[in-house]
Amino acid sequence: MAKLRGRGIAAICYPTGMNLGGDPSQTVIVARPDGTFVVNVASVELGQGLRTVLSQIAAEAIGASVEDVEVRFGDTQLAPHDTGTFASRTTHRMGNAIVKAGQEIRQILLDIASKILEVSPQDLEIKNGKIWVKGVPDKSITVREVASQAQFVYNTPVVGKGHYVKPKSIVDPDTGESDPHSTMAHGCVVADVEVDTETGQVTVLQLFTVYEVGRAINPKLVEGQIIGGAVMGLGAALRETVYPRYPQITHQTKSFREYVLPTAGDIPKIIYKIVESPTPTGPYGAKGVGEMVANGIAPAIVNAVYDAIGVQITELPITPEKVLKAIREKSQSVNEHRV
Amino acid sequence: MRIRFKLDGQDVEVDVKHTDTLLKVLKDRIGVGSVHFGCGEGSCGACMVLINGRLRYSCLTLAGYVDGKEVTTVAALARDGELTEIQRAFLENDAAQCGYCTPGMILTAKVLLEKNPSPSDEELFDALAGNLCRCTGYIPIINAIKSVSRR
Ligand code: FES
Ligand code: FES
Repeated sequence: MAKLRGRGIAAICYPTGMNLGGDPSQTVIVARPDGTFVVNVASVELGQGLRTVLSQIAAEAIGASVEDVEVRFGDTQLAPHDTGTFASRTTHRMGNAIVKAGQEIRQILLDIASKILEVSPQDLEIKNGKIWVKGVPDKSITVREVASQAQFVYNTPVVGKGHYVKPKSIVDPDTGESDPHSTMAHGCVVADVEVDTETGQVTVLQLFTVYEVGRAINPKLVEGQIIGGAVMGLGAALRETVYPRYPQITHQTKSFREYVLPTAGDIPKIIYKIVESPTPTGPYGAKGVGEMVANGIAPAIVNAVYDAIGVQITELPITPEKVLKAIREKSQSVNEHRV
Repeated sequence: MRIRFKLDGQDVEVDVKHTDTLLKVLKDRIGVGSVHFGCGEGSCGACMVLINGRLRYSCLTLAGYVDGKEVTTVAALARDGELTEIQRAFLENDAAQCGYCTPGMILTAKVLLEKNPSPSDEELFDALAGNLCRCTGYIPIINAIKSVSRR
């Protein structure tokens, strides 16, 4: 009986969104009379930070300051079509739609500002809530003022619409080639574990993770996803299951007493790194992060357990029962060999 | 039956059934937004409130029990819009994502730190053992609490 240590590695390539031509996102951005902006999306804020990230993207695309942008989410009666908030797709898909809508607004603002400042639109710069004449920073006006005057003085509604869909890619019958996904994010996880061969208990000592996310529009929120995802993956690896459902479906897991989530004391040391390699298909280079950060954890832990005890557990979660069985079967087969 | 209690300093009077839980009455009858239903059986901590200053699962407390008592939710911690230290620490450490667990986490942290201003890791984990979080991975929450504990 011993405590055996092992190290396991898992790598992951994760496509953003769904990729068969049926995954559109659409948005409408409207300036209010006071010159602030409302971004209407049917996507949903789940705590992942969509409100923050989408307002950052909108502000950047319009040239507005981020405080003047409000993202209204989750109301399918007020926003145009969005496929849904899943598949790590919202930053990329809805972000792309917002960039287009924001650029329409930017053009309207530059046209109106050119009338107010009496210069041609090409001579204007717009950024962070300010519009100014190139090379003459003093000759400027705020975005809010322009958006407001557009409505009250120039009878122009300041509205931008945007749409993004990854077109369906047809497979070349000769080569088998296609362009199946909009972008791929990447990651790697290294897990260090300790297995108690007497109790079958697996303890994860530390997790090293690195993720290539295109561009981290908001690094703090990406960090939140990485750590939250790691712990979700840890739960999936060691504890969480809706089975057994035998002998009948009525014996399924029904509560947190049987479906055991990690709690604060179960968290190993998690070391992470974000790598940025902007994708040309993403809003300012961003890729989807949400799911990939949970997915590599369990495979790395399984491999670490293999490294420790020499048996590959092939069904999650890695319960003490499975570990003990695996150890026993292995020693029996070794003994049979000897006989 | 009719019960009277103080809710976040205000007198409340409400008719309840003998079998009503405090969670049900707070949430569905009075409309308190910060008590959440997570499991209804004392496993998750999303429904936590203070009853006479003591941490309680409102899903496991019969409403009749708080007659004549003081019930405090996380909403009563901030004064005139001024957040308490622990609430600010949660903000600064990004310790909330969806926020479902947050009221219970903050009340748990408050009670812990009042009793024990410099908890060890073990004491901290023990105190948080009854609060589940599906989003943050706990590390930001632990960091927030540690940032205001005296050590
Ligand atoms: S709802 Fe009360 S502990 Fe889960
Ligand atoms: S922040 Fe979502 S459950 Fe804790």
